[in-house]
Amino acid sequence: MSGRIDTALGARRQAGGKALVPFITAGDPEPGWTVDIMHALVAGGADLIELGVPFSDPMADGPVIQVASERAIARGVTLSSVLDMVADFRRDDPDTPVILMGYLNPVERLCQAGGEQAFAERVRDAGVDGLLLVDCPPEEGGALHQAMAGAAIDNIILVAPTTDPQRLEKLCAAANGFIYYVSFKGITGASRLDSAAVAEPVSRIRAHSELPVMAGFGISDAASAVAVAEHADGVVIGSALVRLLETADDAEEASRLAGDFVASVRRALDNIG
Amino acid sequence: MPGASDYDIGRPQPDATGHFGDYGGSYVSETLMHALDELREAWSRWRKDDEFIRRLDHDLAHYVGRPSPVYHAERLSAACGGAQIWLKREDLNHTGAHKINNTVGQGLLAKQMGKRRIIAETGAGQHGVATATVCARLDQDCVVYMGETDIKRQSINVFRMKLLGAEVRSVTSGSKTLKDALNEAMRDWVTNIDDTFYVIGTVAGPHPYPEMVRDFNAVVGREARRQMLEQRETLPDALVACVGGGSNAMGLFHPFIGDTDVKMYGVEAAGNGLDTGEHAASLCAGRPGVLHGCRTYLLDDDAGQIVHTHSVSAGLDYPGVGPEHAWLKDSGRAQYVAINDQEALDATQALTRLEGILPALESAHAVAYGMKLAAEMRPDQVVLVNLSGRGDKDVETLAGIKGLSL
Repeated sequence: MSGRIDTALGARRQAGGKALVPFITAGDPEPGWTVDIMHALVAGGADLIELGVPFSDPMADGPVIQVASERAIARGVTLSSVLDMVADFRRDDPDTPVILMGYLNPVERLCQAGGEQAFAERVRDAGVDGLLLVDCPPEEGGALHQAMAGAAIDNIILVAPTTDPQRLEKLCAAANGFIYYVSFKGITGASRLDSAAVAEPVSRIRAHSELPVMAGFGISDAASAVAVAEHADGVVIGSALVRLLETADDAEEASRLAGDFVASVRRALDNIG
Repeated sequence: MPGASDYDIGRPQPDATGHFGDYGGSYVSETLMHALDELREAWSRWRKDDEFIRRLDHDLAHYVGRPSPVYHAERLSAACGGAQIWLKREDLNHTGAHKINNTVGQGLLAKQMGKRRIIAETGAGQHGVATATVCARLDQDCVVYMGETDIKRQSINVFRMKLLGAEVRSVTSGSKTLKDALNEAMRDWVTNIDDTFYVIGTVAGPHPYPEMVRDFNAVVGREARRQMLEQRETLPDALVACVGGGSNAMGLFHPFIGDTDVKMYGVEAAGNGLDTGEHAASLCAGRPGVLHGCRTYLLDDDAGQIVHTHSVSAGLDYPGVGPEHAWLKDSGRAQYVAINDQEALDATQALTRLEGILPALESAHAVAYGMKLAAEMRPDQVVLVNLSGRGDKDVETLAGIKGLSL
């Protein structure tokens, strides 16, 4: 639905390449650095940016992203300020799709201020292309999902190794933008990825959906990205990048680290096949 | 004799998708969906199975020690100068609290489902002890998540869990209390979903937990209702129970929901006072949102971040509440009030000195409100207070408050 996601991932797929989706937590390690880091990710070869919205109780995330969230919250980052960051990013980058990943409660709080529709329009106007709400399955989406659809914001759906066939069909029907395949049973940042195990479920998803399939969770470097990208249309890398940003002393260094990291994965993905 | 029908009564709430009006539901990540489906299927099957229910009722009678008595606290009533205060003595259960009713049930269910690894989260440690107890008896592996802060203030229960063979994992994230232990347990469950059963300790979490935990604890209300009719030939005028997540209150309230003359009061922790922001009163001072798999009342800031809570009792120190309570509040069927730390401590003292019963600090909140309520009522009226647990676990905390070391 969103022009930017379809265009960016479509172009990559048409060229026979694999998409690269870096994840960073918005506002971490410093709120003022985020927009610069986003540009550096694009310069390094990101096809789409997944921006984590900090939440106090990130149940599906591991310690790396939880601590990043805690840092960002401590520095006053809110969903509202994350939207401002995206708007800021958009001024210099009209093309790279951005999705927000997070949990429902901060979204609900913003919706309560002016309704779901006003929220969806605000998200669209900031330049966000999709929302991935970890704890909001299609069954509970209701008015929020409707408003998002009305504002052409993609609802990014997770599919897990535990998703049964009947449910998979339902999820695929509700998805747009791309499908996020959770590559193992566990939380973000864990390292128990068996890349071969990604092949079968991804082909099952493809039987129900034309959308690109991005695999995430457990991908930490060029080698694991390449192994998973053999089977999927692209990969999401999160905790490894967040851990790298923790070490930076200033915005410049953070941007350089992020850009170099993404570029190294980009090069490896470009050499597949 | 109770039978399977007790666990399969026609119930308007929740609906088939686990919603109590606007509340409840299954707000979880996709990885958990299958496990929840499996659990819903198992519970809907075994709750109707006479053999399973016979086993459960046998264990409740001979292992837990049910029925627990109702006790007329005459000296406490006289001290309040109003209605007659009766206590439902869940403190007399094996392991010392109502928590065992639910863990006996979920432990048996896990066994039926062939899941040998059990995980749980605990605040005050009562649920952790109850889970570890059942695991020891059923030969199940047990891992209990507990916030670092709670581990410090409930060291007796931590030691009990270890004696029972459970592994207690300290949670150092967030506020280091119950909500963080719940997050950690959810993460464990996602990671070990094939062989692990998550025994949630209260009427919160995703569907079917709020309904299932309520049904396992509703034995409290069923007994109390029958006992009051037998001993007083009339139902009590008011029920009072403390509410953290709300499982002891829901267990007492549920069988009385249709008895519209019986008033119901849930008592939350006002901590240092509702106006200080240092409390755990989700229903009294919170608003609807989504936390830990369900829509319910919770305590958050304007950005939707869950806030840190405070209560002298670890078991009430939780920023959310079971979704059925949210529904009972909105529908007006139950009223929710709050008692602060000092009032709870005073009630602990009163009950101990007047009746020789040392209540858990959680239960003391209910006692404190029951005393206030009774004072405003007639001597021929009855207030039934759920004494959800005993205070042995809190003696260190109490001594600390008095400046003593044991």
